[in-house]
Amino acid sequence: MLLSLTLIAVVAAFALAFVSKVTEEPIAQAQQAKKEAAVKAVLPAFEKLEEAEIDGTSCTKAFDAQGQMVGMAIEAKSTKGFGGDLVAMVGFDADGNISGYQILQTAETPGLGAKAGDWFQEGSKGNVIGKNPATPLQVSKDGGDVDAISGSTITSRAFCDLINNAYQIFQKGGIE
Amino acid sequence: MKAVDIIKNGLVKENPTWVLILGMCPTLATTSSAVNGMCMGLATAFVLMMSNIVISLLKSLIPDKVRIPAFIVVIATFVTIVQMVMQAYLPDLYDTLGLFIPLIVVNCIVLGRAEAFASKNNVWHSLLDGLFMGLGFTWALTLIGLVREMLGAGAIFGHNFIGGNDGMLLFILAPGGFLVLGFLMALVRRIQNKA
Repeated sequence: MLLSLTLIAVVAAFALAFVSKVTEEPIAQAQQAKKEAAVKAVLPAFEKLEEAEIDGTSCTKAFDAQGQMVGMAIEAKSTKGFGGDLVAMVGFDADGNISGYQILQTAETPGLGAKAGDWFQEGSKGNVIGKNPATPLQVSKDGGDVDAISGSTITSRAFCDLINNAYQIFQKGGIE
Repeated sequence: MKAVDIIKNGLVKENPTWVLILGMCPTLATTSSAVNGMCMGLATAFVLMMSNIVISLLKSLIPDKVRIPAFIVVIATFVTIVQMVMQAYLPDLYDTLGLFIPLIVVNCIVLGRAEAFASKNNVWHSLLDGLFMGLGFTWALTLIGLVREMLGAGAIFGHNFIGGNDGMLLFILAPGGFLVLGFLMALVRRIQNKA
């Protein structure tokens, strides 16, 4: 009894160790590729990228051919989400206007808060692209000018919080 | 037992969702859209088939007293393998389903079929049972997901047909899941009783 259970557990452990070893690198690559794609998607046109770290947050600065900084992508987080942390890649142009965003991690309600990936994009109801968070973003319910996702005020507040967090980091490291 | 009976049992007569009513947690949690339901069903079908094969092969080796922990170790191993492989080679699918994959371990269909079928039958029949129980689960989840997505988001497999993005949100949320499950179950059972 003891022997057979031990045997099964040992075989299972070896099988898992093997699969984990084989998939370790592709998983890391896939995550890296996803992050790079997000960085490219949120930034304005650029020639060269440079990784940086500001206050423990990973950022990517973008430069044009003349070495002039044209924008910055920041992996920002808000802890105020409805279902957990909300993480997104946020891009700013050199003046601090939002050039794009892409949600990286969300635990919001499917069908409600999970719409945040599209809701705040250009051409949608809650469009934030081109806005400058020098005056912090707020949903209209709180006196701001961002239309909240219907039925998901908490997620929308978390999203504004996330953009504002990103802007603070942009201000610390973005303007040279 | 004939192979054709096993296939019929899995898909209709003893369908895990409509008749055995097993594995309701993933059924309700993942069916907010048809695609999610279908992917969850297929991932479960794969695990179910593999664990049925292995447990059927090991059935004479596993003493009765420790069969449940032994089954769970086998099932959990396959689920973890599916999760890692999916994360490595199908990152997009993993983004949609990642949260739900570990749920397969606690899906009582998998343990239920190991206990009720694979531990008493030969490998070929266990494979068939796992595959078709899994496909029975898949079509049920896809149907629930389809109805919930149509009513809740106005879309079929992600293709919006009402314009705008406001459906009846109730159906995307948990209470709508229970409602759709109940009504569909009644409908399927009625058709079965008539046939």
